[in-house]
Amino acid sequence: MEATHLATINQAVQAIEKHFTFGSPPEELPLESGEKLVPITLAYETYGELNAQKSNAILVLHALSGDAHAGGANGWWDSLIGPGKGLDTNKYFVICSNVIGGCQGSTGPSSTNPKTDKPYATDFPLVTIGDMVNAQVHLIDHLGIEKLLSVIGGSMGGMQVLQWMVSYPGRIRSAIPIATTLKHTPQQIAFNEVGRQAIMADPNWKKGHYYGSKVPAKGLAVARMIGHITYMSDASMAEKFGRRLKEDKEPFKFSAEFEVEGYLRYRGDNFVKRFDANSYLYITKAIDYFNIVNGNKNLGDIFSGLKAKVLVISFKSDWLYPSYQSQEIVKACKLAGVDTTYCEISSTYGHDAFLLETEQETQLIKHFLNTASNGHNGGAQ
Amino acid sequence: MKQAPLKADHKIILNWISKGASVLDLGCGDGELIALLIKEKQVHAQGIELNENSIQRCVAQGLSVFQQDIDTGLSEYADNSFDYVILNQTLQQVKKPDFALNEALRVGKKVIVSLPNFVQASARFQIFFKGRVPVTKALPYEWYDTPNLHFLGIADFMDYCQKRNIQIQNSAFIRKNGVVKLFPNLFAEVGLFVCTKQVS
Repeated sequence: MEATHLATINQAVQAIEKHFTFGSPPEELPLESGEKLVPITLAYETYGELNAQKSNAILVLHALSGDAHAGGANGWWDSLIGPGKGLDTNKYFVICSNVIGGCQGSTGPSSTNPKTDKPYATDFPLVTIGDMVNAQVHLIDHLGIEKLLSVIGGSMGGMQVLQWMVSYPGRIRSAIPIATTLKHTPQQIAFNEVGRQAIMADPNWKKGHYYGSKVPAKGLAVARMIGHITYMSDASMAEKFGRRLKEDKEPFKFSAEFEVEGYLRYRGDNFVKRFDANSYLYITKAIDYFNIVNGNKNLGDIFSGLKAKVLVISFKSDWLYPSYQSQEIVKACKLAGVDTTYCEISSTYGHDAFLLETEQETQLIKHFLNTASNGHNGGAQ
Repeated sequence: MKQAPLKADHKIILNWISKGASVLDLGCGDGELIALLIKEKQVHAQGIELNENSIQRCVAQGLSVFQQDIDTGLSEYADNSFDYVILNQTLQQVKKPDFALNEALRVGKKVIVSLPNFVQASARFQIFFKGRVPVTKALPYEWYDTPNLHFLGIADFMDYCQKRNIQIQNSAFIRKNGVVKLFPNLFAEVGLFVCTKQVS
């Protein structure tokens, strides 16, 4: 089943928007929880052309609030995707799909449950990062791609990259996990839990069954505000807002007075227009459950046998996914004898740096992909 | 494009390393040496370097590098993980050279050390006659901006190896791109050594 139309054309790169549906019985996708999801639709976009050997495909994996619209006008990684950019669409065929559990075209809690003809809401099964990746493999199969040139993503996108390295090592030639972690830590889970509590405390949430009535806008907006604080750094906030007061501030009644307050409220309110509160609950849970170390007693067992080249990137001011967590990934790669490069980029943007500090990032990625696509470079061991 | 002539120290290291070997370069800088070793000897090379800009330049050449501190970066490697570990103009700049060399000897079957000779003739001359800390072609830094933390001569390093039961299998001494055969501790600007653990 396919619906194709050309997205708005911009000078940067032309995005092709598509939907791919699979998993009708008997091809249901078993989830890690043991439940099944049928059918599954993935919304995805592609940029550039797949070559005849089908050897130039790169899968871009999005973070918590991202979607399939990575490239092109207003794409969340437009700075990296396009002709001559880090993911050069003159050379590579770039794919990005919305994760399952999401709300931007892929099957998620706001989708219609075929059994009830109503939105799933909280009847939607628990999904994991592993489930998201398993669904992506169906899409890659559907596109006829045997081996991806690379998988790349930051934050939760980076977790999916790590999952690809573990679950489908034979289907990737390289991997680029950015600003991410082998397992979610208590501090990271704690921030997500505060966001979830804000949503569930909103009287409009109604245990998730709010479709067709008022959405839990306040709760979701507060969740997004907390998120934004953790994505920035002390320095980037000081630089962006200082202690400046809003120009249009009203007389003191706890309205937004400082610029930072106005910014957070604006970001929160805007988020509600494009994101589903239940998806926020499900995806943050998937992130919190993420632990690629899992049954492995030794760090070195996680990536053992992986032939793909790996580029790990972290950012100095990222305190949500601090560099030591990327260094753990590097350690695991080292122990497994994986050909790895690691760079900690200087930036004051905090966790958001993977979306904003693109000049350094672009150079690293561009050269790394050059090497990965040219085959042998004499990498370690 | 005309190729720059090989640096004398690189030439010596190139001759010492066998084809297809695995190499770990500690403090690999811009990756000039490992790029050369990959091209000429098809080695499998990994670099470790602290400087972010150097990492960028290594990646631009297609090299695999970790941005890490040598003082802590080797613990994950098993014993004898590499055929060669290289400390090219690095050992005098690490915080704990004793520890770093020990770790290098643990993870490498052979360790190649290249050191500036702080007691060569012109340095001695400057100290003795000028009463100043020497600044020479091979030691170009002023006291306030030097990356070097430890100051040693060729004889100091050889004494140290003897004391620590480190075997020096091979050595070479150079000044101004020429080989020094006589009195290296006095005349050589750079000393290069192939070290191994003493077999007991």
